[in-house]
Parts: sequence; C-alpha cells; structure tokens
Amino acid sequence: MRAVPIIALYALEEALRRRIFHVVLVLTALYLALYWLGADTAFEEVQQFGGELPVEEKELTGGTLFGLSMFGTLFLGAVLAAFLTLGAVRGDAERGLLQPLVVRPLGRSALLVGRLLGAAAVCVPYVFAVFTACALITRAAGDWWPDQFLRPGAELAAGVLVIAVLGLLGSVFLSATANGIAIFMVFGAGLVAGLLGQIGEALNSDTLQTVAERTSWALPFEALYQDALYRITSESRGFTGLAIQLGPFGGAQAAGSNLQLWVATYFVAALGLTLAAFSRKDL
Amino acid sequence: MPPALAVHDIAKRYGRIDALKGVDLTVEPGELVGLLGPNGAGKSTLVKIACGLIRASRGRAEICGSPAGSPAARAALGYLAELFRFPGWYSAEEVLRLHQRLAGSHGGQSERRELLDLVGLAEAHRVRVDAMSKGMQQRLGIAQALVGTPQVLLLDEPTSALDPAGRRTVRALLEELRRRNIGVLLNSHLLSEVELVCDRVVILSHGAVVAAGSPAELSRPRGVEIETDRGFKHFADAGRDEVPALVEQLVAEGHRIYGVHVLATSLEEEYLQAVGGDEA
Ligand SMILES: Nc1ncnc2c1ncn2[C@@H]1O[C@H](COP(=O)(O)OP(=O)(O)OP(=O)(O)O)[C@@H](O)[C@H]1O
Ligand SMILES: [Mg+2]
Repeated sequence: MRAVPIIALYALEEALRRRIFHVVLVLTALYLALYWLGADTAFEEVQQFGGELPVEEKELTGGTLFGLSMFGTLFLGAVLAAFLTLGAVRGDAERGLLQPLVVRPLGRSALLVGRLLGAAAVCVPYVFAVFTACALITRAAGDWWPDQFLRPGAELAAGVLVIAVLGLLGSVFLSATANGIAIFMVFGAGLVAGLLGQIGEALNSDTLQTVAERTSWALPFEALYQDALYRITSESRGFTGLAIQLGPFGGAQAAGSNLQLWVATYFVAALGLTLAAFSRKDL
Repeated sequence: MPPALAVHDIAKRYGRIDALKGVDLTVEPGELVGLLGPNGAGKSTLVKIACGLIRASRGRAEICGSPAGSPAARAALGYLAELFRFPGWYSAEEVLRLHQRLAGSHGGQSERRELLDLVGLAEAHRVRVDAMSKGMQQRLGIAQALVGTPQVLLLDEPTSALDPAGRRTVRALLEELRRRNIGVLLNSHLLSEVELVCDRVVILSHGAVVAAGSPAELSRPRGVEIETDRGFKHFADAGRDEVPALVEQLVAEGHRIYGVHVLATSLEEEYLQAVGGDEA
C-alpha cells in the first residue's frame, strides 16, 4: 500500500492537467453566473406579490432555488467523477497507459485505491465549493440560508463519490466511451426514480412510490440527494415545508439514520467488487 | 543463482484461441535471448505472462526464482510493452521520476540523467511526451524499463519505431546490459538485429517453440564459394574443413585465388524454414 499516495498524486495531477478539468471549471463559472441571475430574478418577482400568498415566499423561493442548484451541483460533480474514473482500467489499458504502472511492484489494489483517492481529492472539494457558492449566491440574492449546511453538502459529496466508485467498477469491464454512457444512464435512472417518486406522491400511488424508493436505495446518490434536499428546509413546517417537499427533481425525502450505514456498505462493496474484478483481469 | 527468467510448460487460452500451447524457455543472468515468430505467434502473450499482466492457463513462470506477478518478481524486472503510452502532459524527466517512485528507486536525478543519456534523450528531458515523436517515446520507454536497475528486462519490440542510429544505440545498450549481468528477453521482427546481438534465439510459431539455439547453431552450412581469376566456383557439399584442400587443388590447377567464403544459411532463412516459409 506504499504506492497508494504515489498513484493518488499521479491521478490528482492527471485530473488537474487534463483539459477536461478546465472545461468543467468554465462550465461551473457559467453555471454559477446563470444561477445568480436566476436567483436574483426569482426573488425580485416574488417580492412583487408582496405577502398575498399564505406561505412565506422567502422560504419557498430560497428552498426551491437552492434545491435546484443542488441538482446542478450533483450533476457537475457527477460529470467530474465520471471523467476521472471512466477510463481507469480498460480505457487506460487499451491506450497502453496502464501496463507500465501495473508491472511495477505495487499491488493492483493500491493502483485502484490510489486512483479513487485522487478522484475524491478533486471531486469532494469541488462539490463543497460549488455548494457553498450557491448558498452564498442565494443569501446575496434573497437573504436565505439553508436550515442545515454541512450535512447536505457532505451528502452531495458522498453521492458524487458513489458515482466515482461506480465509474471505477464500470471501467474494469467497459471501454471508456461505453463506460461513460453507462455512468450517465445510471445517473439518469436515479433521477427518473426521483421523478417517479414525486409523481407517485402526487397521484397517491403506492406502487410508484415503492419503485422509486427501491431504486433510490439501489442508486444511493439519489437517496443522498433527496435526504440533502430534505435537510435544507428541515426546520420549515406547515405549508411551506410541504410545498418544498414537492420540489423539483425528486422530492425531498428524509432517509433516516440507516442511509449513512447503507451508503458506506454500498461503497465498500462496490470497491471490493472492483478490486476483485481487476485483480484477475488480463491486461 | 536462479535463472533470470524461467518458463515451464506455459499455456494460454483466449476463449477458443490457443495463444500458447506449452512453452519452455529460460534466460540466464547476463544472457540475451531473442524471441522470434510471425504475427500472432504468442510472443507478446508470453512476455505479458512473465510480467504478471495476464494469467497463464497452465504452467509456471518465474523471475529470478519468484513466481511471475509476485511483488518480488515485479521488483526484479523492467518491461517495455509493445503498445504503451505515457501521460502526454508529463515531461521525460517526470515520467522517469514517477517510475522511480513506483519502483522504489533512490537513484534520484543522477539516475534519470544517466538513463536519458543512455537512450539519447539527454537534450529532451524537459520535452513533454505529447510533443515527442514515436521514436522519442520509444527511447523514453526503454529508459523507463531500466529504472531501478532491474535484473531482468523484457522488451517487446523495443526498436520498431527507431531510426538506424537509435537501433544502434539500443544494440550498444543491450551489450552493456549483458556486461552488467542482466538477463534480457527481446521480442523482435528485425532478424538482422537479433542475429547481431542475441546469444540465443527462440522461434515461436502458433504458440509453440519450433526452433531454439544460438544464431550460429541454427544456421546450416551451404557450401564454399571461391573467387578465382576465372570467376566464382561453388562447392555445395564442402565445409570449412575442406577449404585448405580445395585451395591447394585450385592453385595446383593454375588458378589464382582472390577470395574464399564459407557459406551458411542466414537467420532469416532458418526462421522462414522453421515457421513454414510463405506464412511468415
Ligand atoms: N486479449 C486477447 N483476446 C483474445 N485473443 C488474443 C488476445 N490477445 C492476443 N490474442 C491472440 O493470441 C494470439 C497471440 O497473440 P500475441 O499478441 O501474443 O502475438 P505476437 O506473437 O506478439 O504477435 P505480433 O508479432 O503481431 O506482436 C493471437 O492469435 C491473438 O489473436
Ligand atoms: Mg506482439
């Protein structure tokens, strides 16, 4: 395991020196600018109704906007995690990048764990930075701040790590392009599950809600996202709370305390599967 | 001292393809062995098994007495893959530094400079891999394989992209390695090159060894040719031992002798015969 930090550093350097990272930074800047514009406009519009609605406009607008921004943050984080892991094994082996490293006296596990750490070292600070920037923008635009801050941010970061480990797992079996497509299909499936849950809730359909719930546990970045969504307005009660729970892209769902345990188990199992598959792979 | 590389009865199946069908091969320390064979013969497969990159379906491979793929085996070997690439954003120096770290080499900058010098990249140590020609990358690949002074070197077509001067540099390098008692297995299609440097040659065809021996052992006599004032005379059945008698006889017959050549088959002819002629 002496090699883990060497590979992590290598992966980090790779991430920062690749063009994709610069593309993500530019996209992020654009996204934040758009979000600022949107938040500013939304708060201004709501202010014009001036207390006609029975809900507290600030709470509803702030919660909805920030919930939307969290989806954007999760999405950008997922893009980054996917790009950092999608070619880690087969993609790199096909290009001949992997073999010179694998024949060195470091375990194959160390190589993958190092890569994952490298990806985490980029993705986690990134998610926190974007999440914080969005919260600050929402505060500047409408003087709104989430009920909980650190925990939802950590949940989004954990969601992105789940995507990173799934990307790594896929990279053992699929070439880079195929794996990229697979990661985004899995990501999309999570979102669809969230939407189904919302529709199920609106229609009062137990079947839809069950399907949605099972899927969001099978793809726990979705459960993490829903729990994070719940937490940003966890203290608002009454009609405001309800209205926000019906918010965009998968309603806020409190996941309960089992979520952490489940995500940790899921992560370790996916990593274990990846290491086992890689250890017996012909390169 | 255990052999640098010992391969016993190695077989490898890919689905329904038998890439290797029970190959035995040894490389002693300080020995330079050329591995020849047509495309698809199984040369790269054999080398990858020795590196621990792929798992054999049957048989045993050892590097300096340790099972192939084990940390001890990998610590003892240097490998240049047939198809390899280094990260485009690294400079030559950075590539070597990464491999020094991974190999646990404490050679530092002096080792890096020495290796780059050895492969003729001294001037290019700051050039990024992206900006290197294929041949420069191959030179860097050879330098990378030498990081950490390995005891065994497995080179899969190390000179395929090199210019004639580069090939000559590599030949000199291989001879230097032999002096340092490093065992080398060299995959190549360049028979003239293999003939020049290798102590022993193993010819693989369809996953099996079809011929092995020193280049001299592999070649067969093809008669004697004598240049006289009345043109060339060819004695098809004669060998080196008959030369004095032949010359005496010709002189006695009044010929003037300008040159004598003992003819032997080239490695290329032997190779083509061993692998079945036109197929190669
Ligand atoms: N990953 C793989 N999957 C399936 N078959 C493979 C794989 N790699 C190699 N083979 C097959 O194994 C056989 C030996 O291939 P190998 O690459 O060892 O040949 P080689 O002697 O190195 O050829 P070349 O001179 O072209 O480099 C070939 O028939 C090839 O098609
Ligand atoms: Mg080959």
